[in-house]
Amino acid sequence: MIDLTELTIKDAARLLRLGSVSAADLVTAHVERIERLDRHVKAFLRFTPELWERQAEEADRKLRAGDAGPLTGIPMAVKDVLCVRGVETTAGSQILRGFKPPYTGTAVSRLFEAGALMLGVTNCDEFALGSSTENSGYFPTHNPWDVDRVPGGSSGGSAAAVAAGEAIFALGTDTGGSIRQPAALCGVVGMKPTYGRVSRYGLIAFASSLDQIGPFTRSVDDAALVLSVMAGNDPLDATSSERSGGEVLNNYGAGVKGMRLGVPREYYDVQGIEPGVKAAIDQAIKVLRDQGAEIVDVSLPHTDYGLAAYYIIAPAECSSNLARFDGVRYGMSEVDAPNITEAYMRTRRKGFGAEVRRRVMLGTYALSSGYYDAYYLKAQKVRTLIKRDFDQAFERCDAVISATSPTVAFPLGAKTQDPLSMYLCDVLTLGGNLAGLPGISVPCGMSEGLPVGLQVLGPQWGENLVLRVARAYEQASGVKAEVASFA
Amino acid sequence: MPDGWDVVIGMEVHVQPRTRTKMFCGCAVAPLNAAPNSYVCEICLGLPGTLPVINKAAVEACLKSALALSCEIPRHTKFDRKNYMYPDLPKGYQISQYDLPMSVNGHLELNGRKIRIRRVHLEEDTGKLVHAGDKLHKAWESFVDLNRAGVPLMEIVTEPDLRSADEARDYAMELRTLLRMIGVSEADMEKGQLRAEANVSVNREGSSELGVKTELKNINSFRALHRAILYEVDRQTKLIESGGAVEQETRGWSEAEQRTFSQRSKEFAEDYRYFPEPDLPPLEIDPDWVEDLRRTLPELPGARRTRLTSQHGLSAAQVAVIGGDRDLADLYEGAVAQGAPTQPTANWIVNEVAPTGKLLAPQHLAELMQMMGRDAISRDQAREVMPIQRPWPTTEAGRSRRCRH
Amino acid sequence: MLARLGLEPGEEEFYSEQLSSILEHIDRLQQLDTETIAPTAQVVEVSNPLREDVPRPGLTQEDALANAPAAVNGMFRVPSIQEET
Repeated sequence: MIDLTELTIKDAARLLRLGSVSAADLVTAHVERIERLDRHVKAFLRFTPELWERQAEEADRKLRAGDAGPLTGIPMAVKDVLCVRGVETTAGSQILRGFKPPYTGTAVSRLFEAGALMLGVTNCDEFALGSSTENSGYFPTHNPWDVDRVPGGSSGGSAAAVAAGEAIFALGTDTGGSIRQPAALCGVVGMKPTYGRVSRYGLIAFASSLDQIGPFTRSVDDAALVLSVMAGNDPLDATSSERSGGEVLNNYGAGVKGMRLGVPREYYDVQGIEPGVKAAIDQAIKVLRDQGAEIVDVSLPHTDYGLAAYYIIAPAECSSNLARFDGVRYGMSEVDAPNITEAYMRTRRKGFGAEVRRRVMLGTYALSSGYYDAYYLKAQKVRTLIKRDFDQAFERCDAVISATSPTVAFPLGAKTQDPLSMYLCDVLTLGGNLAGLPGISVPCGMSEGLPVGLQVLGPQWGENLVLRVARAYEQASGVKAEVASFA
Repeated sequence: MPDGWDVVIGMEVHVQPRTRTKMFCGCAVAPLNAAPNSYVCEICLGLPGTLPVINKAAVEACLKSALALSCEIPRHTKFDRKNYMYPDLPKGYQISQYDLPMSVNGHLELNGRKIRIRRVHLEEDTGKLVHAGDKLHKAWESFVDLNRAGVPLMEIVTEPDLRSADEARDYAMELRTLLRMIGVSEADMEKGQLRAEANVSVNREGSSELGVKTELKNINSFRALHRAILYEVDRQTKLIESGGAVEQETRGWSEAEQRTFSQRSKEFAEDYRYFPEPDLPPLEIDPDWVEDLRRTLPELPGARRTRLTSQHGLSAAQVAVIGGDRDLADLYEGAVAQGAPTQPTANWIVNEVAPTGKLLAPQHLAELMQMMGRDAISRDQAREVMPIQRPWPTTEAGRSRRCRH
Repeated sequence: MLARLGLEPGEEEFYSEQLSSILEHIDRLQQLDTETIAPTAQVVEVSNPLREDVPRPGLTQEDALANAPAAVNGMFRVPSIQEET
């Protein structure tokens, strides 16, 4: 008997087309699993039966009529930062409690049109600020591989849902590593596209120049499929590229023979990398070399400055993006305060958590007159240097490979008192955001019984190269994204 | 102007260009008296997840205005966020332009003098606040209507080149004439399509040291602009003469009390934390595009006046009336082209058409003038038979304004 | 103050302590000579993304106010707007 909650999209779609299962069956299987497991994992903030019932019916009708799209009947989970019409969307924050957007964002709309059905909204760090999902304004999410550990973040709910068999795929957003790092920590595939590849319309912004939407899946093929459906120009996002979404699939099944893969020494020997993680990466490099890839040494000399630049640019944009949460038009409000300034203060004090305050303070400071040049402008210049590092590396190789996270999943509470140690979780991923690059994390074995992720970064618009390396590794290594074995 | 004092005025004028939709979203621009919050969408309401996209027509209107003001148009321009929280500002920031505006370094000719234009840039308007209660500080609550939020605005900033209340008013009127003539805006002050702010300072005559300036707001008509500046110059000079000092501040004009009052002093001035709008890529202005726009511009009032003076030999008084209005200038030139004599025709327009608002067709005026020239009819008879083609000015706003002049 | 976070006195110290370790890390940027480096505000190049001036349907007043904490007569209600002193 096949377990319908452990399928890839590809396999599920095959069963649906054969008529051996219906979309309703898939939904039922997932709902049952969620009912059994989610009280341990706590991946979901809320469920959307009003959507899945209608969507499953519609999917089954289309399947019977032979009119199915690539995702028809496939259940997905959506991170709480992506607006869906009529569905409470809160960005993991109390300040947006009860907010129901009157519109659906572009990426989710495209997935709906392709037939995907929505199971519910997944937990995340408040406004996507964090690397463990412990900053959620509701509750922390637990890692399905060890419920005393974090799933990573900020898209921890989406990663955990896919890892726990609670959704066949899920959407996340990645600003400094928020898809790739939780994918690594939960043992699933997670992909961040080139900045501008997927429309941000409907994505509640954290840092506008860094944010991208991407998928969590159980295979590289699935990631490629979901991305290709979401990608492509959107007239509602001026930063979205004119390039066709379909190009992400170009030749991505061709294997790595003849490709040059760079190993950045600053990433390979990054401070704090665990021996077990390093061993898994060494093994992955060997697999790729055995497949005919040429492994070359490359350098990203400004790596040590990436975190500092990121922690100016992201909070600065964040401080501005979060100014709209004022209690006037939506969300939490202290509208009966004696005056407007007091109302702002009380609303934002009640509605925002500690990490949001920290970043808003940091960002406000970095943009204030007198500090702008020393902080914000300086960080933008360093961003140029970091992008140049990658440009130079990609003159010598087709893609770079490294660990996604220096560590495996850490215990809940281990880093909450020390923000800087939490920020260091993103040290291998945030360079990709600063440079606008596509990146993927694929499972590459275990360390101490916990998943390790291999990160592949490509040049801008080189999603197909990134997918090609990841797929070749996945096929050759036999390491698959598995649904966590639950006691 | 007071004896012994120099007055220095710079103007910031906001003009709403004529567009169908808002600056950064596809919402239709609301008609006057629309129901509150009925011309809004998720974007101009500042709902989470929404993004701005630039209205091409607003950019073109701004570029045309800049060209008409002889501005330089740099190849690269960008938008920035101006951050401050206020209930009429849905996103908590206004998308404006900071260090790379759409255009710089222009001028507007005013009575033979060049008033330098520092910049013309684009931004978005705020919503409207309605206060419960008579006075702001006694109001218990306010109400927000966001129909106006996100409507395009051009901001036209002069150098401090204006020297009197008269000159400031004339500048604003000339600017309105120009913007109407090139068709970018109705620029109607009563409808809020043209909003003027004046930075006013005084210093002892001949002194090279500039005085401390105050910024005058809440000005709803050319007359109010004139009076507010007169009042402010008087207030500042008296203050200094009595040993006081002018404080740098924003002052509002009270129409009811006919005086300015302090609104916000500089020490509470907000730090706007400008930074480049990450949601909008920088805009590249193709010089070919600019040239195409330049070709669409009609003859500008300054050039037309020069021509009326040099080619037609009209007097300064005649040019002031005829050259300041497109309808009258078209009538004059049309009639002369059909054989009407220059001086009598100009006089007739100044004395008979402009004051009465009775606009006639150029060929009819030409016939009348020729008949009078032959003494076929008298002046009185001509006045009686003058066939009115349509009332002048042609816009309703212009008509109501004209009645008050 | 600018960010309107409504912190209380004890908290300000708590946050400034945490922020100081972050700022200390950030200060390493000052070691880099960036005199001749152009800043990056947008990381990918996108061609002029202008929108035609064509209206697109908006929200009804009811939908616009649906999430409002307080609405009166078609408008959002806010407390008194006083000048700060």
